[in-house]
Amino acid sequence: MHMIESGNVAAATGVKLARANVIAAYPITPQTPLTEKLSEFVAAGELAAEYIPVESEHSAMAVCIAASSAGARAFTATSANGLLYMNEQLHWAAGARLPIVMCVANRGIGAPWTVWNDHQDTISQRDGGWIQIYANDHQQIIDSVIKAFYLAQTVSIPVMVCYDGYILSHTYMPFEKPDQDQVDAFLPPFTPENMLDPDRPYNFNTVTLPDVRPDIHGQTAPGYMEIRHCLHQDMRGSIQVLEEIDKKFQAAFGRGGHPFVEPYKCEDADHVVVCMGSLSYHFRDVIDLLSQEGLKIGVMGVQLYRPFPEKAIVEALYQKKSIMVFEKALSYGNQGALYADIKSALYPCENRPEMKNFILGLGGREIKTSILVETVRNAVKHTAASDDHPMWVGLKCQE
Amino acid sequence: MKQKEFNFKDYIRNRYFPHIWCPGCGHGIVLGALLRAVHELGLEKNEIVVTSGIGCSSRISGYVDFHTLHTIHGRALAFATGVKLSKPSLKAIVPMGDGDALAIGGNHFIHAARRNIDITAIVMNNRIYGMTGGQFSPLSGSGKKATTAPYLTIDRAFDIVDLAKSAGATFVARSTVFHATESKDIIKKAITHKGFSVVEILTQCPTYYGRKNKEGDAIQMMEGFNTHTAKIGSKKLENNPNLIQRGIFVEDKTVPEYCEAYDQIIATAMKESL
Repeated sequence: MHMIESGNVAAATGVKLARANVIAAYPITPQTPLTEKLSEFVAAGELAAEYIPVESEHSAMAVCIAASSAGARAFTATSANGLLYMNEQLHWAAGARLPIVMCVANRGIGAPWTVWNDHQDTISQRDGGWIQIYANDHQQIIDSVIKAFYLAQTVSIPVMVCYDGYILSHTYMPFEKPDQDQVDAFLPPFTPENMLDPDRPYNFNTVTLPDVRPDIHGQTAPGYMEIRHCLHQDMRGSIQVLEEIDKKFQAAFGRGGHPFVEPYKCEDADHVVVCMGSLSYHFRDVIDLLSQEGLKIGVMGVQLYRPFPEKAIVEALYQKKSIMVFEKALSYGNQGALYADIKSALYPCENRPEMKNFILGLGGREIKTSILVETVRNAVKHTAASDDHPMWVGLKCQE
Repeated sequence: MKQKEFNFKDYIRNRYFPHIWCPGCGHGIVLGALLRAVHELGLEKNEIVVTSGIGCSSRISGYVDFHTLHTIHGRALAFATGVKLSKPSLKAIVPMGDGDALAIGGNHFIHAARRNIDITAIVMNNRIYGMTGGQFSPLSGSGKKATTAPYLTIDRAFDIVDLAKSAGATFVARSTVFHATESKDIIKKAITHKGFSVVEILTQCPTYYGRKNKEGDAIQMMEGFNTHTAKIGSKKLENNPNLIQRGIFVEDKTVPEYCEAYDQIIATAMKESL
């Protein structure tokens, strides 16, 4: 069915189609309309789920952890400081290998307060053991949410579906809503091997010692390091799993085919802009304008950020003259996180491309196509790296 | 010396206006009562520090021309505690909403009360999360409508006065925005009281709570605050004990204030180490 709705409603519709069993959330701008929509679905009996309005984000994730441990398909959503307040529980959910799905409507972090969009919230959570997928438009939001439940339960790792606050969460866009029957056929039921069950008592996530020790049957059980190694291995393995799920999704719904990165005019390009989220679609206008000037240039949106799909990145970028990474987040005192990751992925290649890093749009600072055109045009001309690195786009006055 | 006449503009930061509150919101009356209280107490602007969390009410910290900290959701009392302990001479005032104070910040609320630290918490209770669009709060009560409860809430509400009392606050009072002068007088007493003061002020959110629950416009909601409340010890309350009580419920000057008790511990420790 064709729908014209907001990004938040696209996300909520995906959650409904995936038949989430437990939803726990706390209001925060710009995520709120998503959970409001879900509460409406639940209250109206359109979604057979428990909706738990908790008193904080920390509790929201705690509820999801408990629900998921009990074998429920659990969902929550948040933004910015709400995500940070969950921090302890985020690590717990990943360590406990619970396939929770969470949407994050990306927003800048205080202090000072901002309610507008950038990516600092989710980028700051990249090392916690969650899979991170960045959607570029409403269609990708709803599709990613459905795929996220599949991926999460297949690899027993929680998944964050990130989309730009306001730019995607609050704007209206047409998208295709899959039929419930099709989603039911696509998404297998969630039947965890180990779950809280009064008839089969388990002890979850008990204290581990630095070394391995025998369990009650005398078998050597994995220690903390083995458990963590397993999480890492499974994170790496989830790249392959996502590719397979994406193929199945494409066969069922006719959309997909680029689960890791989404290139635009990159094939013959000398120069490639790399970014995440809605910006990668915004950049297509910039690429079109610069192509008309005779520049061989493309843009590539990174959709899977954790685990980092090096192979796909290297394949797309290794023969290019220059790479320009535009980011709405920064590892303060160093450089953009995506930039650092791409640089490290390209390190083993011969003839590495020139690389430049640009920071923009923090706290919702407007990103104008004209500024992007000018920035890219200059960057391509001047190959020498600037002293001011990363370069900040759109700074209006120096303090 | 005769006190200068009260002028709003002496106490606000003009550049932050117009404010973000909806037409008919009661929060401006609370702001007015607070500023008049500060004026009548003759406090210098530099003597006051206002910390706030998140929500419509918390925007007050931007509007008032005192020392101000706009902090994170639910943590205003924790920040205020830090400020007060490092500079006990400052008057610490914390405007907060019902969600900020009693949902995400509920833990800080009870512990500030337990410690009896000299902070004045003004809980602007409109029974809803207004800023994020009308989700129900721990003060909405059961049988109410909200954007997260389209078919009525089932959660019961806290009684802020009872909660503050049992958590150990040494000044506990309640008023409403209909009773602006009473609110001002209570805030004056709360600021002057040495210890943790809780002032609950019932205020209307006509945009969300009022509309969702068919309580009418701002004027009707305010009239409701008059009809449904009665002053402690009043004939009205005697005749109808089910009305919501207004007035000062606790004013206990016997409990040691936290910063002073702390100073005493330091003095004792210093003596022992000599």
